[in-house]
Amino acid sequence: MAAHLEPIVGRYMTLSLGGREHRLYFEEAGQGIPLVCLHTAGADGRQYRHLLNDAAVTQHFRVLVFDMPWHGKSLPPVGFEREEYVLTTKSYTEMVVAFCDALDLVKPVVMGCSIGGRIVLNLAIEHASRFRALIGLESADFQEGWYDTSWLNRADVHGGEICAALVSGLIAPQSPDAGRHETLWMYKQGGPGVFKGDLYFYRVDGDLRPRIREIDTSVCPLYLLTGEYDFSCSPEDTKRTVQSIAGGVEVVVMKELGHFPMSENPARFREYILPVLDKVRQGSAKQR
Amino acid sequence: MTAVAEQAKLNVLFEQLPDLVRADSDLVRRGALCNAALEVGIGETLFYLRIAAGRVAALERQPSPARQVSPSHHVQFSLHASGEAWHKFWAPVPEPGWHDLSALTKRGAAKLDGDITPYMTHLQFFKDMLASPRRLVREKR
Repeated sequence: MAAHLEPIVGRYMTLSLGGREHRLYFEEAGQGIPLVCLHTAGADGRQYRHLLNDAAVTQHFRVLVFDMPWHGKSLPPVGFEREEYVLTTKSYTEMVVAFCDALDLVKPVVMGCSIGGRIVLNLAIEHASRFRALIGLESADFQEGWYDTSWLNRADVHGGEICAALVSGLIAPQSPDAGRHETLWMYKQGGPGVFKGDLYFYRVDGDLRPRIREIDTSVCPLYLLTGEYDFSCSPEDTKRTVQSIAGGVEVVVMKELGHFPMSENPARFREYILPVLDKVRQGSAKQR
Repeated sequence: MTAVAEQAKLNVLFEQLPDLVRADSDLVRRGALCNAALEVGIGETLFYLRIAAGRVAALERQPSPARQVSPSHHVQFSLHASGEAWHKFWAPVPEPGWHDLSALTKRGAAKLDGDITPYMTHLQFFKDMLASPRRLVREKR
């Protein structure tokens, strides 16, 4: 019997980030408008496998998903064993821009979730003219922490188990078990201190409240969608964020979804994301 | 339903915990290395709970704090939540913000005190164990 082969292709690239070489893994599928997808803190690009396999998306979009350095199949840089991993607003922004430049992506769309949703706002602040549209999932300029991140990396507590257990409550109770546990599996597989290092950006360095007013959606459209069961980045956090953006941004509250819409319940998520991607295409047609 | 009747209903639900855990072999397997003594506040009622190898080895209703001469048991940590919080947490399909213990602590409807190391070390076990009365609520629907 012939194997069922998915249309996803995975490759490695060498990318210079912060003056150091990094071996980065990425996957892609489809043709058309480049759509770069950013995974959540402490996880990897597998979160988008359903989107990469969705013909309704890939017939119009070239979907690209990379594992951030230290995550998934992307290695940490040489010498990592003598340092503590820390993600910052500057390094994360540089990473996304460098990935797009390395592949010569012309006016890509960037969609990010959680920390990816936060960095999308910074792309809107600092690099709006480079992008066709920006999509933030579980996105806000700031949100209150709800646990001490030092629990995430200590020798006496299993890192994978606690990372997964902490985020498990962010998944909607209606999400199917398969999606729930696949999402948690990625957290169980993360390297020691990586989730914690990502949260340095989320909790400490990446407070965008002072700059959120700089976003101009006439330069680059911005779409924000948040799951109703996400108590980390709640719908209220997203709604508060857009109050500071001139011209306003429509916030879509996704029913029966939590913090990981694309992986916890892909079928439900596509009901929300396909209309947004249609709007992006319509906007692109008008620009031509 | 009066507040007294609602509290009694919550108490009865929580007192099923030893049986609920014993019947869940997957939960017991995952909690095999969990041993802990804790206090759980279900609204106005305090319970002493001892976990041994992933099973509930003791569950005892405690005197109210005002009537306690001295703590009857040593506990490592406590988790207290309002009756409303447990009622909503154990709903068959809980509402957003009431569906997870961390959601309850974030919104101030529940509070953890003491040395929470055992709780964090076995976090998924404690979350699932304390959510297990939801199964009874679903079955009674």
